[in-house]
Amino acid sequence: MSASRIQSHRRNLLRLLGAGAATHMLPFGIGRAAAADKLVVGVIYVGPRDDFGYNQAQAQAVAVIKKLPGVKVIEEEKVPETVAVQKTMEAMINQDKATLIFATSFGYFDPHVLKMAEKYPNVRFAHCGGLWTEGKHPKNVGSFFGYIDECQYLNGIAAASASKGKKLGFIAAKPIPQVLRNINAFLLGARSVDPKATVRVIFTGDWSLPVKEAEAANSLIDQGVDVLTCHVDSPKVIVETAERRGAFSCGYHASQAKLAPKGYLTGAEWDWQTPYTQIIKATIEGKPMVNFLRGGLKDGFVKPSPFGPAVSAEARKKSDAVKAAMMKGDFPIFKGPLVDNTGKTVVAAGKVLGQQDPLLEGMNYLLDGVIGQI
Amino acid sequence: MSDGGDSLAFGSLALALLGGALRVSTPFLFVSLGECITEKSGRINLGLEGILVLGAMSGYGVSLASGSPWLGVLAAGLCGLMMGLLHGGLCSLAKVNDIAVGISLMLFGTGLAFFLGKPLIQPQAPMLPSLELGAWSDSAQLQSALRINVLLPLGLLLALLLHWGFRASRWGLALRLVGDNAAAARALGYPVVPIRIGATAAGGFLAGVGGAFLSLYYPGSWNEGLSSGQGLMAVALVIFARWNPLRCALAALLFGAAGALGPALQSQGITAGYYLFNAAPYVLTLALMAASWTPGRSLAGAPGELSLTQR
Repeated sequence: MSASRIQSHRRNLLRLLGAGAATHMLPFGIGRAAAADKLVVGVIYVGPRDDFGYNQAQAQAVAVIKKLPGVKVIEEEKVPETVAVQKTMEAMINQDKATLIFATSFGYFDPHVLKMAEKYPNVRFAHCGGLWTEGKHPKNVGSFFGYIDECQYLNGIAAASASKGKKLGFIAAKPIPQVLRNINAFLLGARSVDPKATVRVIFTGDWSLPVKEAEAANSLIDQGVDVLTCHVDSPKVIVETAERRGAFSCGYHASQAKLAPKGYLTGAEWDWQTPYTQIIKATIEGKPMVNFLRGGLKDGFVKPSPFGPAVSAEARKKSDAVKAAMMKGDFPIFKGPLVDNTGKTVVAAGKVLGQQDPLLEGMNYLLDGVIGQI
Repeated sequence: MSDGGDSLAFGSLALALLGGALRVSTPFLFVSLGECITEKSGRINLGLEGILVLGAMSGYGVSLASGSPWLGVLAAGLCGLMMGLLHGGLCSLAKVNDIAVGISLMLFGTGLAFFLGKPLIQPQAPMLPSLELGAWSDSAQLQSALRINVLLPLGLLLALLLHWGFRASRWGLALRLVGDNAAAARALGYPVVPIRIGATAAGGFLAGVGGAFLSLYYPGSWNEGLSSGQGLMAVALVIFARWNPLRCALAALLFGAAGALGPALQSQGITAGYYLFNAAPYVLTLALMAASWTPGRSLAGAPGELSLTQR
């Protein structure tokens, strides 16, 4: 008993010392050199690492950074987007001495990552998908993301080319800006093939709900939809259901081609190793945190899946031409005039939103041609 | 939209709900029938959610390893049986509360399934075959709505059998007696504890089979988010069905249809309030519980020994 009291005294003393030290310290770099000679990187996933989807795409990049010299990686899977992720981050920081944390799920950002970043100014937090704002958010937080809507546009081209009735289906988890941007890009891609194409959206309400996703796929196909794509954490169930029902599918996050050898057209895949290595390099070299890191096809952040057998030669040609333009960086997806599905003009005629435009990261509408409601 | 369009949409919504009911209800049906047997004996097993998930995992694993989905179903059932035995055995010890054991069993079952199921997320196991009951129709939607799994008719048959058995068979009467009045059962020479353990094990078996349906037929994949509380809802459903197997079957179909409501409406372009429709099964659970529960009076049909209904 007395021993534990001494311990708690000592802990308080350390806390005091730590707080004193922190106020004198510069935000980055200095504390690290003393901590360990290896950079400890913590990675937090919202689901299992081999989910054929979102988490798998992150884990593939983590497998690459594990091989980097001077880097030690610790991982935790299935951490919910609640206060649980704060506990995980604190454990990684205090017990494993992690000084760089990759928080890979969208809902981790606000308030969890922001709160931890204020509490631990010497730790860097790299978040996937959050909208980091200069002046509003701590300097030791960075957000990285890819313009995967470019690949969704290519998905839309392949989907509308393969569809007979030009009725496409999109199964989405939640109506957040990234998801809406993907749905809209998918529609615009489809409409570049057939201006009458429509996209029906079903929101399931959460990132991983297999029964509801299967139900959504079945009801869309029952309504005459013949190409499905999605934005959920694991597209496995949706792609498998489409294949069983004889419908086409476009993948997301990672390649699901293996799951649907007949109907898989193409897919929008992440290539996260590019941002991961950039952020780790900056940390090791003691450069300031990369606060805002974005990239598309041409930067190697995203890539399309190879075409499946059901994609016609014509569709391949069209898709490849658009891809080439995107690789050169002169293919803005969202250019006015664009009207949303309530009739409001959202991008005025003549206005062109470049891929980097922060307006796009706050997207809160579904374009005309999308059947669905936020 | 014109009137003709509306009635067409309504017909196709009804069809979508029917299809959803037939696709989604099977796990509810098996778990609730299992729980019905267990509760008839005077025990309650809240751990069926854990058994469902464990059954889904083990069924998927065995189907993958053996190449036979039916072996997977059997393995899932046996896993459930073991878990049921564990629950039944633990609850037979003095001063053990069956609700607390059930909750720990639920956490144990899901935890074990997630732990052992890690390598099963990626591979594709052979699936259970489906019966094409809609082959006579030209309508693709009707065909797909009536494409069911053989476990569903088996479950419905089982419901009939249990309904008859609880009333008319010797084992059914013994089970009910044990559940209604343990002292009377003991006086008549029935072994109360073994019957209860047996009933819990049988309930576990059925819940395991329900889990195998999830992973081996619909949605047909092993994933940690697979169940989303279906095992727990099935327990509530038994109370709503007043411990009657036929009403369990009806309630399972109703819950299946409620689960299909959200996606079905959205796919037809009725998109307002989808959060509400997606929550339909849960709202239904709450509403039914509230409607069927009268304070101060035990439920009609409730087994007398059930800890849940005792004051």
